[in-house]
Amino acid sequence: MTDLNAMTIAGARDALRRREITSAELTAACLTAAEGASALNAFVHMTPETATAQAEAADARLADGDAPPLCGIPLGIKDLFCTRGVASQAASRILEGFRPEYESTVTARLWDAGAVMLGKLNMDEFAMGSSNETSVYGEAVNPWKVDERRLTPGGSSGGSAAAVAADLCLGATGTDTGGSIRQPAAFAGITGIKPTYGRCSRWGIVAFASSLDQAGPMGKSVRDCAIMLGAMAGHDPLDSTSADLPVPDFEAALTGDIRGRTIGIPREYRMEGMPGEIDALWTRGREMLADAGAKIVDVSLPHTKYALPTYYVLAPAEASSNLARYDGVRFGHRADLVPGDGVTEMYEKTRAEGFGDEVKRRIMIGTYVLSAGFYDAYYNRARKVRALIKRDFDQVFAAGVDAILTPTTPSAAFGLGEMAEADPVQMYLNDVFTVTVNLAGLPGISVPAGLDGRGLPLGLQLIGRPFEEGDLLNVAASLERAAGFVEKPARWW
Amino acid sequence: MSIDTTTAARVAKLARIRVEPDDLEALASEFNTILGFIEQLAEVDVEGVEPMVSVTPQRLKRREDKVTDGGQQARILSNAPDAREGFFAVPKVVE
Repeated sequence: MTDLNAMTIAGARDALRRREITSAELTAACLTAAEGASALNAFVHMTPETATAQAEAADARLADGDAPPLCGIPLGIKDLFCTRGVASQAASRILEGFRPEYESTVTARLWDAGAVMLGKLNMDEFAMGSSNETSVYGEAVNPWKVDERRLTPGGSSGGSAAAVAADLCLGATGTDTGGSIRQPAAFAGITGIKPTYGRCSRWGIVAFASSLDQAGPMGKSVRDCAIMLGAMAGHDPLDSTSADLPVPDFEAALTGDIRGRTIGIPREYRMEGMPGEIDALWTRGREMLADAGAKIVDVSLPHTKYALPTYYVLAPAEASSNLARYDGVRFGHRADLVPGDGVTEMYEKTRAEGFGDEVKRRIMIGTYVLSAGFYDAYYNRARKVRALIKRDFDQVFAAGVDAILTPTTPSAAFGLGEMAEADPVQMYLNDVFTVTVNLAGLPGISVPAGLDGRGLPLGLQLIGRPFEEGDLLNVAASLERAAGFVEKPARWW
Repeated sequence: MSIDTTTAARVAKLARIRVEPDDLEALASEFNTILGFIEQLAEVDVEGVEPMVSVTPQRLKRREDKVTDGGQQARILSNAPDAREGFFAVPKVVE
């Protein structure tokens, strides 16, 4: 038998229900694996006491036969989620010492379903980054390694991706504002889905760009993501943008039959300078879906090239407003003041000390695009282009396309520190294939589909119709089975 | 559109983030890189397009206007850097 921590959620669920293993054993295996993986810097706050207590309670529920699918399953939680009494600082110095008095809706749902919390996972500060290098905890490291270089696990949910890929937990929560679940999933050879905007409550998740942020699961298989999403999703009166729709049984949607489904291939995603390996993988993905009986059609999403610039107006604008709350008054860090300092000095010094460079940059860009004289030229124009980007997708779906296939990222994982000298826009290009999905509010999933020439994982992305995650997961499961990706990183940590 | 150090300083002030004078030049240069990237949006024909308000066609839910929460002073103050006598404490604001 493989190590317990290497099990999938589906496999562990079945073994738990058959009483072949206990959650206490499973949880202990994960805690041991996590403690031995400090070189990955994936977990930044461990909660072994909570985990042990939750595992015991889960075993009791399992013994009683009252066991929802996630009962007894050990998970890691991105540091962006507020967890009651447990450090939740969005990987930022400005939230140092913050212990929420409340639990986010998504994590509360997971605990209600019997899941076990191992601890909090590393990420880019306030989810702003694509390499996990903006974290106050230091970078998380990708368990995949092919030479002496340490590679990024991607970002912002880099700790989640590293922890799942290294079998430190069975699954993890992530959040995705421009690609922050899908890009790290691709870099780490795991699966991650960003659901439709409104599917998961945002309540209790530290806000970055509220019109784009969505929580989602990151796991070892499409099935595991379907199981986790079922527990995370659902209407919440505490989030006015949460959709009041029933949550279907996503796992039951995995029929494996995609015959007659129509898959669109958007020509605008064939970017100039795209590495040949990415293009080849995309072609293979198309062939796999065709072999499974899907109809493949070329489609056009003409405003694709404007998605990143649109995002870099809207996301900073919303961030500048959301992050105004970090003022050194109600929670988190406050700078030491000198005699004569007033409230303005308190704000300015606190925010200068508490925020990292990328976060400051985005707050100030957002401040600029919202300032008098530029609001129409930048912010309102970006909102109009966003409407056009969404219209592109609406038209493709209206023409009968069920899902759209693209690469997840323009490259495999790169080395930590390699982008240090690049200008910020170079880092932003990581999200070129994923950001459109957030702007249009659609569900998107990354499935590991192969290795590049150096042996690093690459992902393919499927984009679905709004609120049809079940259908999207089913297409993804078909791609997963055809790709047959079973590789795991060799342990070096 | 080019941002000079005066504009960079004004933006930093509006954002309430202290930036040392020596760092303004580098900041202005980064702003220019990012704004140069954003400038592409000027070429899109947005004639007659309404700015997006909500990505899902939903009407925000309304609820009865009544108090549903409260009486949690200790919990609300528990994370404050400086809380005294049931209040958040800040430097003197009014002389």
